[in-house]
Amino acid sequence: MKKIVLMGNPNVGKSVVFSRLTGATVITSNYPGTTVDFSRGRMCLGKDRHEIVDAPGTYSLDPSNRAEEVALEMFQEADLVIVVVDATNLERNLFLALQILEADRPVVVALNMWDEAQHSGILIDVERLERELQVPVIPTVALSGEGIRELVRRLDEALTPRRPGRLTDDARWVRIGEIVRNVQQVTHRHRTLSDTLSEASIRPLTGFPIAVLVMIGALWLVTGIGELLIALVFDPLFELYTPVAMALSSWLGPGILHEVLIGTLIDGRIDYVQSMGLLTTGLYVPFAMVLPYIITFYAVLAVFEDSGYLPRLATLFDTIFHRFGLHGFGVIPIFLGLGCNVPGVLAARSLETGKQRFIATTLLAISVPCMAKNAMVFGILGPYGPRYILMVFGALAVVFVAAGLVLNRLLPGDSPEICLEIPPYRRPDPMTVLKKVWMRVGGFVREAIPFLFLGILVVNLLHALGVLGMLGLLFAPVVQAWLGLPGETTAALVIGFLRKDLAVGMLLPLGLTPEQLVIATTLLTVYFPCVGTFAVMFKELGARGLVKATAFMACTAVLVGGLMRIALLGL
Amino acid sequence: METLLPALTTGTEAVILRLAGGSSFRKKIGEMGLREGVRVRLVAKHLLGGPIVIEVSGREITLGRGMAAQIVVTVPAT
Repeated sequence: MKKIVLMGNPNVGKSVVFSRLTGATVITSNYPGTTVDFSRGRMCLGKDRHEIVDAPGTYSLDPSNRAEEVALEMFQEADLVIVVVDATNLERNLFLALQILEADRPVVVALNMWDEAQHSGILIDVERLERELQVPVIPTVALSGEGIRELVRRLDEALTPRRPGRLTDDARWVRIGEIVRNVQQVTHRHRTLSDTLSEASIRPLTGFPIAVLVMIGALWLVTGIGELLIALVFDPLFELYTPVAMALSSWLGPGILHEVLIGTLIDGRIDYVQSMGLLTTGLYVPFAMVLPYIITFYAVLAVFEDSGYLPRLATLFDTIFHRFGLHGFGVIPIFLGLGCNVPGVLAARSLETGKQRFIATTLLAISVPCMAKNAMVFGILGPYGPRYILMVFGALAVVFVAAGLVLNRLLPGDSPEICLEIPPYRRPDPMTVLKKVWMRVGGFVREAIPFLFLGILVVNLLHALGVLGMLGLLFAPVVQAWLGLPGETTAALVIGFLRKDLAVGMLLPLGLTPEQLVIATTLLTVYFPCVGTFAVMFKELGARGLVKATAFMACTAVLVGGLMRIALLGL
Repeated sequence: METLLPALTTGTEAVILRLAGGSSFRKKIGEMGLREGVRVRLVAKHLLGGPIVIEVSGREITLGRGMAAQIVVTVPAT
């Protein structure tokens, strides 16, 4: 079994080629740095099975961030390398290609985005390029699958070119110049609508108004369609389910099993938010409160990613993000974090320094609400009107800015400047968008449901043992004096660590005022992220980093809680 | 006329004369296609010392102002 590694510059379509070769689906987008870790898959070639590895994109074999280090490690383990080259940008892509060709490994070159090159008037003599590079070169359009069969067929022909050893960087550029002159012809290209749009969305004067419109539009779509989905699909489904659950409830009769499966009946009826049974709240919270927003958010995100808008947004936000010790690319982890913090933390890998990664991760955890947190805020404060919801998001925005400014001052280390390639706008392919939404929604269901069930079990168990009551009493002085909330809120804060959305059902029965609910929900989003985010923060920042981040979060939570209490409830 | 990249006005085309700065910087932006003799066009300049956007062989690249100030260019007489 051979190990075949896909290598190439960022955003040339390696992951799309990978999906085509293995049939596996991996997340792909139109911006550099979507793949920060490698994915493995299998492929059959004749009778042999091979392992295929999709490495993160890199400009050269001399890594300048963690994702590029991963790419280099993958390369060193490779038995055969498929170099994916962007045909619309041959010259720059050849640098990595030549470096790989000098490194004594069998290579095949996939000349990807062949269609786009032709549309933009770039003619490449493939046969000549094969002679120049001394390895097979196959034009491909990975998005449509064109050329992939040919690529697979010619993998056996992979060659290790005979070369006079490693070139210096300058000599390599000279060589690239020769090759490009020999194989490529560029006819004059007219300005297209896409060029005009691209410039308008990246210039400050036009870019900011466009960004504001795009953001409002995105928010409107996510919440509007989410609400529609709940009203038209998910709530009616649960109405159909209620008689079944009620029948089960009366069949079980009172007892421990009823408590766990159905939970507490409120006025003789199931209350899906407050009953706290596995088959009532345990199903309703993930499916009818969070899932609809997850679906719409990921659909909008996929369109953002595949169109290529995010790097433009990164450029616009660069100046502001510098004040927080980040640069514009920080927009991408933050954006992903709005769906779920876990992929957001992983995306922070594309940032160059430890300081930037720490700041991005900590900001995500304390002030970027994931969809489960958002659903919680909407679920609790929705009945009191948008004013209170805005208070929570306003508070989070202030926390984001303040924490960013403080962390930037507090932490040693560098915050390098942005250096980001802007991909051309592309029309998102509906099938790719659907597949991506399907994968991410599947990921949510697989990860969230076990934690929700566990959370509900823990609530019931702690409740039965009287621990929740004790915790409430223990923390009551602090919670009452500092936050102006009843002692029982402690239980909701504890359970919020497992699943934020579950805390809704625990806050509602306490009969808090809207102002108190604003404090409690803001605190629930600020004080700690969920268990899943903690685990991935540990992986990315290490134990020391996590302890530092946690200490910062705890201080922020105490401060924010106290300030909000003064602002909303008075002293 | 020899000048630094951020001093160009939006829309101007220029040719890179040389790259100042450390070797790792030169290497990094060289890998993105910014080398001596390459034609660039200034697409956008952001306020308050923000980044600049240039076009190099049909591709746009966003660069921090400090990095851009290491790039010496000349505007060819038309």
